[in-house]
Amino acid sequence: MSLLKVDNVTFGYSSGKSVLAGVSLDIGPGDTIGLVGESGSGKSTLLRLLLGLTRPNSGSISFNGTALDPRNAQFMRAYRRQVQIVFQDPYSSLDPRQTVLSIVAEPLRSLKIARDHRQMVMEALVSVGLEPTILGRYPHEFSGGQRQRIAIARAIVAGPSLLLADEAVSALDLSTRIRIVELLKQLSASMTLVFVSHDIGVVAALCEKIVILEQGRIVESGDTKTILANPQHPYTQRLLASVPRMPA
Amino acid sequence: MTTLDQIAAPNRRRRFGSLTLWAGIALVGIHIAVGLLTVVWSPYDPSGMTGGRLEAPSWLHWAGTDRLGRDFLTQIMIGSRIALIVGTGAAAIGAIIGVTLGLLAAFATKLLDDAFAATLDILIAFPTLLIAMLVVAAADTANLGSAIFALGIALSAIVARLTRILTKRVLLLDYITAARTSGTSWLGIVFRHILPNIWPTLSVSFALQFGLAAIAEASLSYLGLGAPPPNASWGRLLQEAQGTVYTAPIGAIAPGIALVSLVIGINLLADGLRDSVDPTRRAR
Amino acid sequence: MSALLDIKQLSLHTENVRLLYGVDLTIAPGERVGLIGESGSGKSLTAMAATGLLPTNIRASGSITLAGRPVIDASEHQLNLLRGSAAAVVFQEPLTALDPLMRIGRQIAEPLRRRAARDGQRLSGTELDAAVLAMMGDVALPDPERIARAYPHEISGGQRQRVAIAMALACKPSLLIADEPTTALDVTTQAEILCLLDRLVRERNMALLFISHDLPVVAGIVDRVVVLRQGEVVEAGPVHQVFAHPQHAYTQSLVAAAHAFDTALGAAP
Repeated sequence: MSLLKVDNVTFGYSSGKSVLAGVSLDIGPGDTIGLVGESGSGKSTLLRLLLGLTRPNSGSISFNGTALDPRNAQFMRAYRRQVQIVFQDPYSSLDPRQTVLSIVAEPLRSLKIARDHRQMVMEALVSVGLEPTILGRYPHEFSGGQRQRIAIARAIVAGPSLLLADEAVSALDLSTRIRIVELLKQLSASMTLVFVSHDIGVVAALCEKIVILEQGRIVESGDTKTILANPQHPYTQRLLASVPRMPA
Repeated sequence: MTTLDQIAAPNRRRRFGSLTLWAGIALVGIHIAVGLLTVVWSPYDPSGMTGGRLEAPSWLHWAGTDRLGRDFLTQIMIGSRIALIVGTGAAAIGAIIGVTLGLLAAFATKLLDDAFAATLDILIAFPTLLIAMLVVAAADTANLGSAIFALGIALSAIVARLTRILTKRVLLLDYITAARTSGTSWLGIVFRHILPNIWPTLSVSFALQFGLAAIAEASLSYLGLGAPPPNASWGRLLQEAQGTVYTAPIGAIAPGIALVSLVIGINLLADGLRDSVDPTRRAR
Repeated sequence: MSALLDIKQLSLHTENVRLLYGVDLTIAPGERVGLIGESGSGKSLTAMAATGLLPTNIRASGSITLAGRPVIDASEHQLNLLRGSAAAVVFQEPLTALDPLMRIGRQIAEPLRRRAARDGQRLSGTELDAAVLAMMGDVALPDPERIARAYPHEISGGQRQRVAIAMALACKPSLLIADEPTTALDVTTQAEILCLLDRLVRERNMALLFISHDLPVVAGIVDRVVVLRQGEVVEAGPVHQVFAHPQHAYTQSLVAAAHAFDTALGAAP
């Protein structure tokens, strides 16, 4: 059975142009899926729908067989515990006025997970490669890569089964980027990962499956290696040809 | 690149910041000390005729006497108390009403928010003093309470507009979305994320409101709409000194200096406080 | 042949922070050099220093010579003569580099007119309009007549970057400085802009200083690279040599990371 099922979802603003036109996705437990698209592909909107922040105009999203309903508070609480997100910009995703402890513990606090928060936060920090002694420090004391690790710690602290990542390494320097990709890869062994990015190189390095979005439609999806070796859709071909390569 | 922003503010600001903080604390502290002192003690009975009329400053009367022969220094000191009560009260009322309305507007639907923003803009177009005068007139008894309430209402529009803009800006940031996807309620988001992040700017604004209220109260009293006579407001002292400004200039100068020193003090204090409550500006 | 841009032992400081230390960088006429660095490396500051655009609280020491004239401590008037004719800059974010309230046509016309005036010609009216359209044709903007009447927010990011390039080229510079010119763009748009820059630099025989954190992008467009790390040059040399046999540990780590993503993609189509 699929973990998260997106069935023929459409989304558009009242002003006209549709952002998503009939998108269907099947994410199985343990999958590592990359959603690749450029600006205007609708990938950010799809992510908002998956998070239950916006509702689709038509079509449905279901999690473990239950329809995602942002108005059902009880369902959403269980859903939030299972589905967490890491954002692109590590500078705006951490509240500058809170300590690391308070930031990482937020899901535990808000979802009323009654266990030793301090202990759980320290464990999460260790599993993202940070010292557990940084609990009392503030975000501005850390580099971009370290901040992104803190954001990942917040996302995994409540033990979700699905981790969403929205361009989670795009704002990082190359040398930091590869380390965060390695961290995500390591985490993906124990949870399902949906990695949204415009950077097909990063997706190729991280994801077993790939979904190519263009202007609100899925143009191609399947096994990453197969698609990279033999892209079928003209857009995928153009995208791959556009990626700058290192000299041989 | 970020490097330029980071180097734009050299350390001098921090040292300067603490200097303004201490100057502010000193000025406001003097007024608070004097204001508290007058509750239990003043040099003379404020309404007693303790000397000749319009005496010049002397050892007995450091700031001279007024035209009824009352000790002028006593009146100025009581003025500190009045100004602090009015400033604090009005700023607090303005803050409570303004922050609540501003937050509601920021969270409201587009249509409601637009209507709200337009209403605030119209309200702000009226001078604070005018609104306060209307409220006092509507209350039809002029006393300290009605003056505080009137000024609080008048200031709340400014606070509400600022709160609305600051909140909307914070709402766009990813950590708010992260809080939502962590299951934090809207009330939790307001108290845990929004208020702490808009507080530095708001607190500076509250201090400015305090200063505005102190000045506006003096103006109300000057016009005879403030606290009634036993309360020696600086505004009333200035008004009484108007006729004798050439013969006894101290009557106008002393309350003026008192008012200005309080307003400057509170502004310096606010500036200094903003730097010290912001973790990103604290020494690393 | 004398260098077009010659930076020797350039150091930049604020009151208490060292931003750049002992940087050497030479660009001959027509040469293409890549300046590689991650955030905080000082690569953008180096470009700003080269055109005399440093913020006033940054002090520079060492020497910068652009088209034979000293840049450090030059007067604003002397610098203005150098900017544009000697060097023009294309920035990362085309939306903020363009005036939001001015039509595209007028924004391109301004540097064209200035350059003509400097050459002792007056360019105005239909002649100027024709020059603007020709310039827009050179940067391959589609439907130039419509775009000339548009405002920056009405066109796409890639088109805005083409406009920014047209404005830089209108000055007929000998050196084009491109500071992360494709970082804010989509991959497919980036490929088009890189292709355009490559063609224009070749056709006009300009020198190019290409600043980027993205190794494969730099590799595709320059001959020689300089690697900056925390304000210091750690390695410099021909691009193939540096990327194939990086000497410094830092360059090695960057090249390895770039290769990792490259390998994941498989063979180039």
